[in-house]
Amino acid sequence: MKKIKSIIFTFILILNSNLALSAEKIDLLKVDWSFNGLFGTFDRGSLQRGYQVYTEVCASCHSMKHLSYRNLAQEGGPEFSLEEAKAIAASFIVVDGPDEYGEMFERPGKLSDKFVNPYLNDNEAKSANGGAYPPDMSVLVKARGGGANYLYSVLNGYEEPPANIELDDGVYYNKYMYGNKIKMANPLDDGIVEYNDGTEATIDQMSKDVVTFLTWAAEPHLETRHRIGFKVIVYLIILSILVYFSMKRIWSRIEPKV
Amino acid sequence: MSDHDYTPSSKFGKWFNDRLPLLTLGKHLTDYPTPKNLNYWWTFGGILTFCLITQIITGLVLAMHYIAHADLAFASVEHIMRDVNYGWLLRYVHANGASMFFLAVYIHIFRSLFYGSYKSPREIIWILGIIIYVLMMAAAFMGYVLPWGQMSFWGATVITNLFSAIPFVGESVVTWLWGGYSVDNPTLTRFFALHYLIPFLILGLVVLHIWALHVPGNNNPIGIDLQKPSKDTVPFHPYIVVKDLFALLLFMIVFAFFVFYSPNILGHADNYIEADPLVTPTHIVPEWYLLPFYAILRSVPDKLMGVIAMFAAIGVLAILPWLDTSKIRSAVFRPLYRQFYWILVLDVLILGYVGAMPAEGLYLLVARVATAYYFAHFLIILPLLGKKERTLPLPLSLTEPVLGGSVAMSAAKHKSEKNNL
Repeated sequence: MKKIKSIIFTFILILNSNLALSAEKIDLLKVDWSFNGLFGTFDRGSLQRGYQVYTEVCASCHSMKHLSYRNLAQEGGPEFSLEEAKAIAASFIVVDGPDEYGEMFERPGKLSDKFVNPYLNDNEAKSANGGAYPPDMSVLVKARGGGANYLYSVLNGYEEPPANIELDDGVYYNKYMYGNKIKMANPLDDGIVEYNDGTEATIDQMSKDVVTFLTWAAEPHLETRHRIGFKVIVYLIILSILVYFSMKRIWSRIEPKV
Repeated sequence: MSDHDYTPSSKFGKWFNDRLPLLTLGKHLTDYPTPKNLNYWWTFGGILTFCLITQIITGLVLAMHYIAHADLAFASVEHIMRDVNYGWLLRYVHANGASMFFLAVYIHIFRSLFYGSYKSPREIIWILGIIIYVLMMAAAFMGYVLPWGQMSFWGATVITNLFSAIPFVGESVVTWLWGGYSVDNPTLTRFFALHYLIPFLILGLVVLHIWALHVPGNNNPIGIDLQKPSKDTVPFHPYIVVKDLFALLLFMIVFAFFVFYSPNILGHADNYIEADPLVTPTHIVPEWYLLPFYAILRSVPDKLMGVIAMFAAIGVLAILPWLDTSKIRSAVFRPLYRQFYWILVLDVLILGYVGAMPAEGLYLLVARVATAYYFAHFLIILPLLGKKERTLPLPLSLTEPVLGGSVAMSAAKHKSEKNNL
């Protein structure tokens, strides 16, 4: 009996470790993200820098269609001031309409607009990128096994292909990409963006910042979730203790122990 | 249930109760004599009721914001996650709630298997339970389709395609299920309608399940029939209520941990990619709670036989009360059955594990052995075991110690009661 039970527990352990392994075929680079853990929160500076990397580098190909410019000023996000967010929105041209004459027209973006899509439609996106659709980045962190660590690893995983691997034109070798082949050229290079806050724009720094930003984009209420979660669990623990003693009290009428 | 002579104290209460005996029902529920030796494995009935109600309430609010349309569903889920007040909380509670629901139902079912709760006179309770379980799987499967992610779409394609294995009419049945020639908008809208309907069917069956339970009363860890009410029982309220509440709170702590700290760990990352009929995911896997059945399905080389095996795996549970020939309920007094019980638990875990792996090589072999053993347990081992096994002596009641010769006595008692029923 004991033996079988111990076998089951061992099995569950193996199962867990195996599942973890199969999710990440090779060991991903691990970053000690500030948003992990019970009290994890985003680093505002990193979010703002990450937005800058996204908008200056990624956004030329990758859409982010579920986010609006107002989100940039939201609590728990990059927390740009309302004026800054308005200015950011206004820097984009939005096609609106039809107006009263039935004409489409262009206007500067507003806070309520969704992030402007770099392409008119998915087909244009594909044809402009050698047939590979640059995935929408709104929930990209949640859409990849390994999440933030995976994206960080891919951004740092570009290297020369091993001798036995032939690459077609427009295909690049990446250590961490599934199948090791990726149609996106290495997007980052030291100093490719110039940070306003004076942080040095190394590949490592930019990839951390942009992944932090993408994690927030995928999970904009993460900070609230962590905050409420802690309260809920503490509340439940206290209540369980109280109910436990009530239970002892009630059952003591029948017998000393439950 | 019927032998209540309850008279409400107030005049209005009496007037009302004479016309609709709700107060008598309330009195019955609070007084309901419950074995006092129930352990914590018996608290999962209450926990499951909580799960069902949580799913219905969160689901109701989610349905107010969700749009069942192939072009809009994914975006409407993102709208819920981002813009609806506490929408993220509702959705994560609902999605993880499904997993918690299945976790609890598996414990509930395996508790029943260990203590022989499915045996006479509780066969109807058991069968109702199995129907509820099947409906839960249907509801969960359809619910998983609604976000219209990659796993939603391809999971729906794989599962509905199973029906094409039906001889002659298979293809037509699948077209009928889809409402077209592939999984598309009509499939999504009908799944949404059914996903909304099924929980209420489950709710009705739960009422019957509890009603059927209240006829013979609870089984207990010793598995003997108890005098009710007697020194062996306690009134449901407050004794069982407070114990169920305590267990529920512990369960809610686990639940909350998933919802607040790893809300996506039980789901598949691919479901955050919008459905694309032109791109097939590398591995199509169902949610964890369906994996053992998925393993059984894939372990049979023939499609039709695989589907039959999968449904038979559930069907065999429905006839379990007649497959298990042992008169002794609780595994506590069945040393051999206890061993086989734990092997079955291990077997189902193995099935679940290989269900998540690609169906090839060693995994496939293991899946086949485990599938064969699963059926052997119910169809060969249990019928034989009841006849061969030497069981331990049963006590006559919870308070009396085991007396010499009590096996014969309790067996006689058991027999006479059976005859009475």
